[in-house]
Order: sequence, then structure tokens, then C-alpha cells
Amino acid sequence: MSSIPVIAQTAGKGAARSAAKRRKAKLAGPDRRPGWVTYVILVIVLLISAYPLYYVIQLASSDSLTIVRNPIPGLLPQGNLFTNFSRVFDSNIPLVKGFINSLTIAVVQSITVVIFSTLAGYSFAKLRFRGRGPLLVFVIATMAIPSQLGIVPLFIVMSEIGWSGKIIAVIVPGMVTAFGVFWMTQYLEGALPYELIEAARVDGASMIRTFWHIAMPAARPAAAMLALFTFIGSWTAFFWPFIILGSKNPTLPMVMQLLNSNYFTDFSLVMAGVLLSTLPLVVVFAFAGRHLVAGIMAGAVKG
Amino acid sequence: MAVLSPPKPSSDEDRIPRRIAFSQKVGRWDVKLSPYLYISPFFILFAITGLFPLIYTGYVSLFDWHLIAGKRAFVGFDNFDAVLHSPSFWKALRNTFSIFLLSSVPQVVMAIILAAVLSANLRAKTFWRMGVLLPYVVAPVAVGLIFGKLFADESGLINAVLTHIGLDPVRWHVDILPSHFAISTMVNFRWTGYNTLIFLAAMQAIPRDLYEAAILDGAGRLRQFFSITIPQLRPTLIFVIITSTIGGLQIFDEPRMFSSGGDGGASRQWMTVTMYLYELGWGNQKSFGRASAVALLLFLIIVIIGLINFLITTRIATSGDIKVKKSKSRNSNNRRTR
Repeated sequence: MSSIPVIAQTAGKGAARSAAKRRKAKLAGPDRRPGWVTYVILVIVLLISAYPLYYVIQLASSDSLTIVRNPIPGLLPQGNLFTNFSRVFDSNIPLVKGFINSLTIAVVQSITVVIFSTLAGYSFAKLRFRGRGPLLVFVIATMAIPSQLGIVPLFIVMSEIGWSGKIIAVIVPGMVTAFGVFWMTQYLEGALPYELIEAARVDGASMIRTFWHIAMPAARPAAAMLALFTFIGSWTAFFWPFIILGSKNPTLPMVMQLLNSNYFTDFSLVMAGVLLSTLPLVVVFAFAGRHLVAGIMAGAVKG
Repeated sequence: MAVLSPPKPSSDEDRIPRRIAFSQKVGRWDVKLSPYLYISPFFILFAITGLFPLIYTGYVSLFDWHLIAGKRAFVGFDNFDAVLHSPSFWKALRNTFSIFLLSSVPQVVMAIILAAVLSANLRAKTFWRMGVLLPYVVAPVAVGLIFGKLFADESGLINAVLTHIGLDPVRWHVDILPSHFAISTMVNFRWTGYNTLIFLAAMQAIPRDLYEAAILDGAGRLRQFFSITIPQLRPTLIFVIITSTIGGLQIFDEPRMFSSGGDGGASRQWMTVTMYLYELGWGNQKSFGRASAVALLLFLIIVIIGLINFLITTRIATSGDIKVKKSKSRNSNNRRTR
């Protein structure tokens, strides 16, 4: 009687778990639990990656004189954080406008990149058409082109059509990316069975209907990650907006740059601006960071 | 009546096949054209905002072209001549490569080590991975401002700590190599975690039996790391190096924000090529012709380095055919489990 449960463990419920446990006990390799040294290293790494952000809070809650007098800030934040915030809002740098611009650009680009990349990715992964192979190679090749170097003609064209100084000049060039197309192609190749597409086609669905009702739902996990990457990329972009928009109609990175060049003597004010510009993404990261981690790791194995 | 009745059956018979033929035709065009329609947004947009500007850069570089006055005279290769004979260009090139090397090499080494630490069977895995990635959400401009202050010569935290422990303060904003080190630190801060996760994913895809065989052969953990982990990471390593080359040689935000003036220092100690491009085009000279010449030269440099990378890659691929096959089967394995 007593021997039966032991036998049941090798074949039956919980067999996999007990087998894994046995394997883990045997292995000295990557499966064993690490000791405290590993955690000490990780805590140090974590402190290094988080401290610069905390340093922003330390300075943004201080005042300019204290910052100059004490290069080593006090461990706890000072009490001037909200005073400094309101000074940023009262300054002649349009922070609110910068926020609205950054949000608009990031949201619009995330949506268009996801839709256009999914469309193209679906086409490359699942549809048969002449020139499919070479065109996909072309898309991948464009990822290696440093497009930032076409900046002069892009500026000339945008000025010619009167978009200089308007956020549409920032939005349009980033509405679809080679990375996005490649990303969705890779994902849909594995995630969308041909049988589903054929079933929809047999039922009489048009091509676009098939895309919308079959491919789009299947693409959702990868699309969410792509949206996240695009959002972060738009939010932090500086070079092109800086060139085309001008200081009257800035994005948030430009607001930071403007604060720094106008108030470089008062670092508590500048850092308050940095904090206000960075906080939204940190909040996004707190909620969606795990997906970002998963996205980078999935892309790495495939890419 | 007599006229109406005869056509009736024939028209009925006619109409049904014709309708099918028509919808079939629509369907066939739908099948034929849709794939091209779906990929067209990318190709149209890339042609307008990517390919055309790159080609047109070559055209602009042959003219005396002013920011406001526009196209003036055809000058041939004078712009290239002027740029190549300008000491600023060579200084910018030197700075760019110096910053690039100081950031990419330590970064890859740190990322691999960190990935090895993270690949242990940790508790709260996701927490540590997110912690490593946190700097990625900080904009390069913000990173530049924060580290510009940390590395400030007079009232910076790092110099204060250095003097506190009895060392001499470093003139981060005056001397060449220290300024490059400070800017590289910004790049490393933002990207090490990102690359760590890429290496971590690659490490986890290494087949376990390789380690098991090594353990049976009596290999220690260090030996396993150098004889199995590192060779298996090679494709990922090449991928990371290529992407960081393309990005690293175009660096602008961080050095631009290192000082409030944004000009790359009193004697342009940390002015990069892209900063030089900006200064030529939108600074005092307002010369689009010369800015385009710089853009093309940088493009050429990036392409050459890309080709070198490619040659090295293919040599590795041909010398180790078995290795490549192995890594391919590993990829497909992973795809299935996802």
C-alpha cells in the first residue's frame, strides 16, 4: 500500500514536477539556486541603474544654492519639490505644450506603426506573391541604413511643403518602421496557422476581412510589445524634432534642453523639468515593464 | 409577349454564370493585389522619408546650398574638399570613435557578465530583469543632463566623492579623454541593461545537454562559461555589435547635453560627427552642402564598418558550419515553445 504513491509519482499527476525536482537536485549547472553573493551583485547593479533617477529627485527637491554648496546631496529629498515644479510651469518654456506634443506624437506613431507593420508582416508571413523574398530582404536591409543621415533633404522637403515647425513633420517619417515590419513578420510566421486563414477564405471572407478578424487578433501580443517600443522611442527622440520643430513648439526632450540652456545656473529647476518629463515613462514602465522585458528577450532569439 | 418570353430563360442562364465570373474576378484581384497593398505603406513611406533623402543628400552635397537662401551654385566636390581639410571634421571623427569604443566594448563585456548573473535560477526573476532595464526609459537628453551634472567639474557628485576619498578631482569638461569617458558612461547607463536582456535570452536558448556533458567531463563553472556560453553567444554578439555600431557612430543627444552650450566643449573636445553636421547645417555656416557632405562621409564610414562586420561574420559562418546548424535548430526550437 505504502509503495503505491511512490510508483504513482513516476507516472501520473505531478510526475513532471517530481521529475523536475529530482533533476534539479542532481544538477550543479544553471538550474541550482544561486547563493547570496549573486543577490548582493544584483542589488548593487539595481542601485546603479536607479540612483541617477533618485539623484534627479534629490536635486529637484533642493534649491540652486544648496546644490552649489553641497555637491553630495542629502540622502533624503528636500522640501522644495513642488515649489520647483510650479517654477517650471511658470517659466517661459512651454512644458504643457511639450507634454501634449510628445503624447500626440507617441500615441499616433504607436497606432500607425502597429497597424501598418501588422498589415505588412501578415502579407510577408502568410500571403504568397511575386517578389516576396527579395522585398523582405530589402526591408531587413533598410534596418541597417542610418536614416538620420538623410536629415538635410528631409528638412528641405518639410520646409517646402510648409510642415516645418509642425508636429506632423515629426509624426509622418515615423509612421511605419522596418523594425516593426520585420518584428510582425517573424511573429505571425509562427503564431498564425494557415488553416485559420483558409477557413475564413472558404467561408467567403475577403482578404481585408480575413486580415482584420483572423490576423489582427492573433498578432495582439506582439502588437502590444511593438506599440510599447514605439511609444518609448517617440517619447525619447530628440535629434529630428529638435531640428524641425523649433523652440516655440517643442517636445518634452526639447523642453529639457531649453530649460537647461535658459536656466543652467539653477539646477533644481532644470531637474524638476527632467523629473516631470521622465515620470510618465517611468509610470508606464512600472505597469508594462514585464512586457518590455519579454519583448526584448523574444526579439533577441529571433533576430 | 413573344418578344419578351424567349430571352427570359436564356438571360437567367446567362446572368448567374456572369455574376460568378465577376465576383471571381474581384476575388482574384483581391488575392493578387492585397499582398502588395498591405506592404505598400512601408515602401511608400520609406521611399519618401528614407530613400529619397539619402539619395538627395548626394545631390545637395554638390551645391553651395544655404539654409535660408537655398540652392546657389554647383560646386562639384568642393564641399567634400572643405570638410576633409577642416580640422574640426577629423577632431569630430576622433571623438566619435573614441566615445564609441569607450562605450561599446565595456558595455558588451558588462552585459554578458550581467546576463550570466541573471541567468541563474533567481527568485523574483522579473523584478531583477526590470531593474536592469529601468535606465532604458530615461530619454538620452535626460541622461545627458543628469550625468552632465554628476560629472560637473566644480560641484559634481563624482568629483566631490573623489576628493572625499583623497583623490584629485578630474576635469571632466576640460580634458579630452575624461569627457569621452563621461559621455560613454551615459551610453553605457542607458543601453547595458537592454543588451543584457538580449544576451540573457540567447544564453537561455543554449541547449542544456551541452552543460551536462561539460559537467560530466569535469568542467568548472568558469570553464563552462568560456568554453560553452561565450562560443554559443557568437551570433548574438555580432548582432549586438552591428546595431550598436550603427547607433553609436551617429551619437548626438548625450554629447550635446553634456554642457549647457551644446557645442561640444571649448575646443570641441567632445563634438561628434553628427554634432558637426548639425553645426555646419544649422549653426553659423548654415551650409547644407557641407552638412550633406559630412552626412555622406559618415554614411560611408558606417557602411564600411558594416561590411567589415559582415566579412567577419561570414568567415565565422563558413569555418564553423556545424555551429551554425546548431544555432539554427535552437532558434526553431525556441520559436515552437513560445
